[in-house]
Amino acid sequence: MPDPQVTVNGQPRPLAGTPTHTNVLDFLRGLGLTGAKEGCAEGECGACAVMIARPDGAGCRWTPVNACLVPALALDGQEVVTAEGLGTPERLHPVQAGLAAAGGSQCGYCTPGFACSMAAEYYRPGREAGPEGFDLHAIAGNLCRCTGYRPIRDAARALGGPASADPLAERQGSPAPAVVATRVDGFARPADLAEALALLAEHPDAVVVAGSTDWGVEANLRGRRASYVVAVDRLPELRGLSTGGPVEIGAALTLSEVEAALGDTVPLLADVWPLFASPLIRNGATIGGNLATASPIGDLAPALLALDATLVLASASGDREVALADFFTGYRETVLRAGELIRAVRVPTPLPTRTTFRKIAKRRYDDISSVAVAAALDVVDGTVVRARIGLGGVAATPLRARATEAALEGRPWTQETVEAASRVLAGEGTPIDDQRASAAYRSAMLGNALRAWWFEEWDEEQSR
Amino acid sequence: MSRLSERPDDAVVGLALPHESAALHVTGHALYTDDLVHRTPHVLHAHPVCSPHPHARVTRVDAAPALAVPGVVRVLTADDVPGVNDAGVKHDEPLFPDVVMFVGHAVCWVLGDTLEAARRGAAAVEVDYEPLPAIVSLAEAIDAEHFQGGRPVVARGDVQAGLAGAAHVFSGVTEMAGQEHFYLETHASLALVDEGGQVFVQSSTQHPSETQEIVAHVLGLDSHHVTVQCLRMGGGFGGKEMQPHGFAAVAALGAVLTGRPVRLRLSRTHDMTMTGKRHGFHAQWRVGFDDDGRLTALEATLTSDGGWSLDLSEPVLARALCHVDNAYWIPHVLLHGRVARTHKTSQTAFRGFGGPQGMLVVEDILGRCAPLLGIDAVDLRRRNFYVDGQATPYGQVVRHPERLVAAWEQVLASGDVVRRRAEVAAFNAAHPHRKRGLAVTPVKFGISFNFTAFNQAGALVHVYKDGSVLINHGGTEMGQGLHTKMLQVAATTLGVPLAKVRVAPTRTDKVPNTSATAASSSTDLNGGAVKDACEQVLARLREVDAGRGLAWEELVREAYFSRVQLWAAGFYRTEGIHWDSTRMSGHPFKYFAYGVAAAEVEVDGFTGAHRTRRVDVVHDVGDSLSPLVDLGQVEGGFVQGVGWLTMEDLRWDETDGPGRGRLTTQSASTYKLPSLGELPDEFNVALLERAHEDGAVYGSKAVGEPPLMLAFAVREALREAVAAFGPDGVSVELASPATPEAVFWAAERARAAVPGHLRGGVVEGLPGAVPDRPDPAAPALHPRSEQAAHAAGEA
Repeated sequence: MPDPQVTVNGQPRPLAGTPTHTNVLDFLRGLGLTGAKEGCAEGECGACAVMIARPDGAGCRWTPVNACLVPALALDGQEVVTAEGLGTPERLHPVQAGLAAAGGSQCGYCTPGFACSMAAEYYRPGREAGPEGFDLHAIAGNLCRCTGYRPIRDAARALGGPASADPLAERQGSPAPAVVATRVDGFARPADLAEALALLAEHPDAVVVAGSTDWGVEANLRGRRASYVVAVDRLPELRGLSTGGPVEIGAALTLSEVEAALGDTVPLLADVWPLFASPLIRNGATIGGNLATASPIGDLAPALLALDATLVLASASGDREVALADFFTGYRETVLRAGELIRAVRVPTPLPTRTTFRKIAKRRYDDISSVAVAAALDVVDGTVVRARIGLGGVAATPLRARATEAALEGRPWTQETVEAASRVLAGEGTPIDDQRASAAYRSAMLGNALRAWWFEEWDEEQSR
Repeated sequence: MSRLSERPDDAVVGLALPHESAALHVTGHALYTDDLVHRTPHVLHAHPVCSPHPHARVTRVDAAPALAVPGVVRVLTADDVPGVNDAGVKHDEPLFPDVVMFVGHAVCWVLGDTLEAARRGAAAVEVDYEPLPAIVSLAEAIDAEHFQGGRPVVARGDVQAGLAGAAHVFSGVTEMAGQEHFYLETHASLALVDEGGQVFVQSSTQHPSETQEIVAHVLGLDSHHVTVQCLRMGGGFGGKEMQPHGFAAVAALGAVLTGRPVRLRLSRTHDMTMTGKRHGFHAQWRVGFDDDGRLTALEATLTSDGGWSLDLSEPVLARALCHVDNAYWIPHVLLHGRVARTHKTSQTAFRGFGGPQGMLVVEDILGRCAPLLGIDAVDLRRRNFYVDGQATPYGQVVRHPERLVAAWEQVLASGDVVRRRAEVAAFNAAHPHRKRGLAVTPVKFGISFNFTAFNQAGALVHVYKDGSVLINHGGTEMGQGLHTKMLQVAATTLGVPLAKVRVAPTRTDKVPNTSATAASSSTDLNGGAVKDACEQVLARLREVDAGRGLAWEELVREAYFSRVQLWAAGFYRTEGIHWDSTRMSGHPFKYFAYGVAAAEVEVDGFTGAHRTRRVDVVHDVGDSLSPLVDLGQVEGGFVQGVGWLTMEDLRWDETDGPGRGRLTTQSASTYKLPSLGELPDEFNVALLERAHEDGAVYGSKAVGEPPLMLAFAVREALREAVAAFGPDGVSVELASPATPEAVFWAAERARAAVPGHLRGGVVEGLPGAVPDRPDPAAPALHPRSEQAAHAAGEA
């Protein structure tokens, strides 16, 4: 196996000897590439954003991620571009020139990260030049404390398209670097599922990482160290997606990949993505990782609970299928056994006909929910024949609101039913007081979720 | 027009230029203190050992286990300090404490070959604590009368007579939370021992001279042994005015003791748990109005949450007291100030420096009392504006009050406020579950350090033989564009193209005895000094030129060969200001900066979530030195203010549990700043025109802090929107910050409220009924109408 290395701004850089806990940010800065900055070390501020070439059909896509979260060794064989690789002070990249001229930098500390997030959107295939062509969500994961964002927004909207010979645009036309298997002290990227399962059997204490958006935070903020790390995000068996019958989503697909592949196929999930963390996180975080980490708050779990999803768990002894509703057993605990991996998420079809996702947080985008409510109904001839409601943020695990479901099923879909069910919903879970919200507010938000949905979608007066 | 403010025709000041480092910023080439670590060999990394207790005696520190950790080189403790074990200017901040005063207080620091080694070493240090009782909340401190520092009083007239003669008297409490600076770059220092024992510290500091002084006194050295340099900061906002000194001193101490460079950079969590923030305030007030809604008297006690040490709490309090009036004439005033001592981080400077907290008190009063008076809040504010000749409660005549009126009228017109308020009313009538509000608020903010001595600055200007110009000045660059403006000032004064001038990093060995880059005054002060230095050189060059009109390069070359000095040290001090801090009176401010904002918000009644639909601002920066920079300051300050008032929610564990005193919002995932989504959908900012400020550098005005307080418009608009959920005339109490949860509870209270406002001079009913749900987050804030209480037969 060749020594691990990563290509940074076109230059190969050896990774050998890099400690397992060293993240991409510290690795780059150690190379003297100090453009990427540490602002928070937990993927919240985007000051460390860099672009990675990721597969996209026959070609690849420059995909921005938070460098602070990803272990450097996980980039073996890959290509990275930093703000320094976009342009130089003498020859600014169009994104950099736009930011500079608009007054988009004040202290400049967050700026290289903004430049990378913006450049990735700049290179998005099919993006139209002009004010509406730039998807502002692309910079939702970058914080700026100085400008108030207006000049950054205007610089983004003013961007044209890449020139014909733009090397980074051209790079997207050819495939992403082939996935290489990595095996160094303390870190492995197995080539296939069988090897992964064998490694997990060999290293029962191993930490399994995909996008590392959760493990990276543990390592950076809480100083947790892994005796062995197994990277599963490129396992081909975990990266399938099919929509013919039940929707089956490979566990190692990033949330961005799932979002792109599904489009509007599953409307409830389409409602979740824009509210789920930031693009920088969604480009790294995988659907399997999001469920395996078993956060009681996660936004995806309530939606998948409402969709009656099941998980396919793979182990040396074969696959088993577990209902998501039975997957979570306690605070950050699941039925996953040692040596077992989530292989795929299955959403049964037909899909429920009416769905909604309600997220309550202090900030509109890129915040952790105080409360998340996902509801899915089948209404036939004015009667609720089936109701599934998933909740986040109101118990030690994501939760089905079973009493509320019972209060809905078999009832006419009317305001009276909504009112009655809302009173039940307000009593679901065991919400607590914390820094995000009071228990009383959480309960009130549960109680108002269905009311608000009713009012927005069915109330005559409001729909004018 | 003064010579200082006179502007030549072909001035480089006044041009809209990007930040002078913009090309470096966007490419990642701009260097910050911690970037230098990667260019410095053999660096040691420092990691703190932090107290888990809010208040405890340290009974034992055993560093031996840390020294057994591979890569650990040294553990710094109090025994290592050759000079004074103190990091503050008030001598109340031991660098290595024997009594820890807050959760996170560093007991000692571990130096390692790698940060990983230092971190593991810090975890291995054994510390024994004897826990002591802790006061964590401001309320606890007030109850226990646990105060520190002076108790200033601002007084004018006879407040009791003013209240007695008022047609309407209300009393109430206003509370507001603090704010975390959350500069994107955390505190960082890199220290090394230079030739001959000279200590060189690179620090992310707004106040290099004071960092130098503290490092020197910790090391037991004279100031001339220590040089502090600040390349630039990744944001400061006041958080790096006093707080960097101790960290720089630890790095310097480590460098002296080990002979190796020492890097100290705080993680975000360490930065948030170890360093001071904006002061939260509690204010208790009684206010009087006449029948026309004119303020007659205000009596208030403002108590700030100072945290464990004094730091800048006294001057912050002074500025708060000097800004309670904001833009309003109040004939009779009696304001008491106190600083609570709590077992928390030592609260410190933050953009506005107490001004925002003082002003929020009167804006809260007006917002709450307007419905009780039956007067529209926009009218109520406008009719209380200062007019020419009136003076502030501390005795300074308010110059140019007509500028505030001009800005106000311009905002009303450009923001189409009258028509849009009608639209808002129509929208609210049609939408039971979504409400909008539109409010207009003014800002009047005093410019200069209250403390007169700080209003001085120096500069060093070199003209080299080839005609290129290098300037040094005492101010630091933290993103605010000071260096950009100084380049423009130098180019304008010398009459050379901007490209001829370069600005060098701020260093204490270039310009000594500088004031903090703070109080919005750095352009006024350093601009004056740069201009002075340039004028000295220019005067000599003019003599050489003798009217021949030589080209710049030729003139410079000839001057050199004529043995004419081509460099100069410049100096500036603000004239005409004085302040008596014992009587809290005088003329502390060179001038006032004015601004007006109109904001329209929409509130979701189901959740309390809100967004800002449109903001219109007219702000007075005098004749702008650098319009793009000034625009950036106005917009950025506004959004930062909106963060303070509506989103940023510092929470401390005030329970009696094991986490008591702990900051529970200590990371970016729990403490939320405004993101792009909080940018108003429509954001129109104009600089007030024809606003030349006589006696200030090239006719400009300060801009750093005042725009933050324009964000009051958003808070007041939220109050209006919340009121629309209730009956007409409801007085809305809004917690600060007005998070979605706080707004939701306020809306619940409004819905449950009994209508009541003044008719024919009689107060009917009491506003703000108790919500039908418990609201643990919201303090009891009901304004109390004394007339109503009297009518109800209460004492």
